[in-house]
Amino acid sequence: MTFTDTERRRAEELVARYPHSKSALLPLLHMAQDRDGYVTTDAMEDIADLLGLTPALVLGTCSFYTMFKREPIGKLVVSVCTNVSCLVNGGPALVEALRTKYADDHDVHVEEVECIAACDQAPVMQVNYEFHGPVTSESATDLIEQYKSGALKARTISGSPT
Amino acid sequence: MAAQETRVVTKFLRERTDDSWTFDAARTHNKAYSALEKAMGMEPAALIDEVTKSGLRGRGGAGFGTGQKWSFLPKDVFPRYLAVNADEGEPATFKDHMLIEKDPHQIVEGSIITSYAIQAHHAFIYLRGEFALGADRLQAAVDDAYANGFLGKNILGSGYDLDLIVHRGAGCYIAGDETGLLSSLEGERAMPRIKPPFPAVQGLYAAPTIVNNVETMSTVPHIVREGGEWYAGMGVNKSTGTRIFSVSGNVERPGNYEIELGVTFRELIDDLAGGVSGGKKLGFFIPGGASSPWLRAEHLDEPLDMDRAAELGTMLGSGAIMVFDETIDPVLVAWRIAKFFAHESCGKCTPCREGSGWLEKVLYRMANGLGRPDDLDLLMGFGNTISPGVTWPPGMTTICQLGPSTMSPTLSLNKYWGEEIRARLAKDADRRTTLQVASA
Repeated sequence: MTFTDTERRRAEELVARYPHSKSALLPLLHMAQDRDGYVTTDAMEDIADLLGLTPALVLGTCSFYTMFKREPIGKLVVSVCTNVSCLVNGGPALVEALRTKYADDHDVHVEEVECIAACDQAPVMQVNYEFHGPVTSESATDLIEQYKSGALKARTISGSPT
Repeated sequence: MAAQETRVVTKFLRERTDDSWTFDAARTHNKAYSALEKAMGMEPAALIDEVTKSGLRGRGGAGFGTGQKWSFLPKDVFPRYLAVNADEGEPATFKDHMLIEKDPHQIVEGSIITSYAIQAHHAFIYLRGEFALGADRLQAAVDDAYANGFLGKNILGSGYDLDLIVHRGAGCYIAGDETGLLSSLEGERAMPRIKPPFPAVQGLYAAPTIVNNVETMSTVPHIVREGGEWYAGMGVNKSTGTRIFSVSGNVERPGNYEIELGVTFRELIDDLAGGVSGGKKLGFFIPGGASSPWLRAEHLDEPLDMDRAAELGTMLGSGAIMVFDETIDPVLVAWRIAKFFAHESCGKCTPCREGSGWLEKVLYRMANGLGRPDDLDLLMGFGNTISPGVTWPPGMTTICQLGPSTMSPTLSLNKYWGEEIRARLAKDADRRTTLQVASA
């Protein structure tokens, strides 16, 4: 999918905020991911075209950052921290429980992440970058189900407001 | 008497928990932008002097004098930029996260004052990508500042123009290194750059750039309002003022505590954070984020003083204090930190890229009872390639601090538990032999 005229105007506005256009690369990748649910090859080519870069350079930057997904991963990204303060407060068991629970659910992508700066809430998780903690595997599952049903409003998988 | 918090930058957000992040609340109840109004009537050089006088040292990790950093800008070279480091990622640090979500106007005000002091017309707040709510609130604060004439053209009729851009990252620890941040802000992989040239001379787009932390920016309005001398009157020795410490791990009341520097670790951990949870004894603690070497019970009465920490062979770093009780295996914690660094190494320098992965592998088998007799010596040996001497302050073979930081946990294991671990590894070796015989 390539940029529509409206999207291209929004993209150009983003570019205009910066003294050098290439600085708009991360914001544009977020924008593409918001739209498509992941960063598609077409979107990277579009962005390259807009910024006057090669698609390889765009891919180089995109693949460096963990928030950018280059294949479909569903509607919800569940990030569970297992870094040290979560390690000693049940983080590893939590990520295993959620991985098992959602192994066959294509809408829910459970990932183990590094410290997300909420150690006073250990063990902590994010659902589409909304913080929840401390959680148990039961309360975490309950929250994820609420996001799935729409009872809780989820952000985009890039964390933008919807 | 039990130690108390001394709240300067966290006073308002603690008092007004329902709407401290809104423009109306901050302006009406916290005199937001009154320091900016005062600053615009001052000469930029006078502002730099005031901040230098305060003794404020950067709150990101390195602890370099803020006013001194500003004064390194080469004369008459323009444009200049300010990049505010809001990419908080040092494990167990969560103070900036709180400041961003709860008091974004304080950050915006500090950033405008700083930009004026260094005569920049473009400023960026590089925000950690995972802080989604923070992005909403910070952007709303910036929009409000524009709408009220504190940003944009001719700020408060002074003739000074400034644009402030909130720039979201996308998940990467090393973008929190000041030169990694600049690479990322330029649309590149967040790979650190060799210094010199320092960013103050050649930073963003190769122009003079100041990179300051969120807590540092949040402190600036208070220094402008109350004066540098007032700020320097707090704290201890060359660690002036207050600092927010994030306390977490095995403690009763994990959280952010703003204290006057000079308070002891014991006061912070016991009085404020409620002590080790479950009435257990302290095993060890990490005083300044995952990059810092560890301390133990015998250091509890030491003051939180950046220079004293250096004498103890560690640092206060990002202000993250991780507490572990007596039941926690230090080797397990060392492995988890090694895993973190192996994941976050950007790959630019060979010793860090390769070494961090090997550290993780060897510590993993040690933590899981399958170590080899000489594993600790093996780590200390190849650690020499990543950080010559395996000591503190660390020797470096890499462009940025991530490399030598990978050795801090191993350095600590060897220093405090060397004999114990070697004995344990000997037993692991017996077990390995038994397993091999059994499987033969």
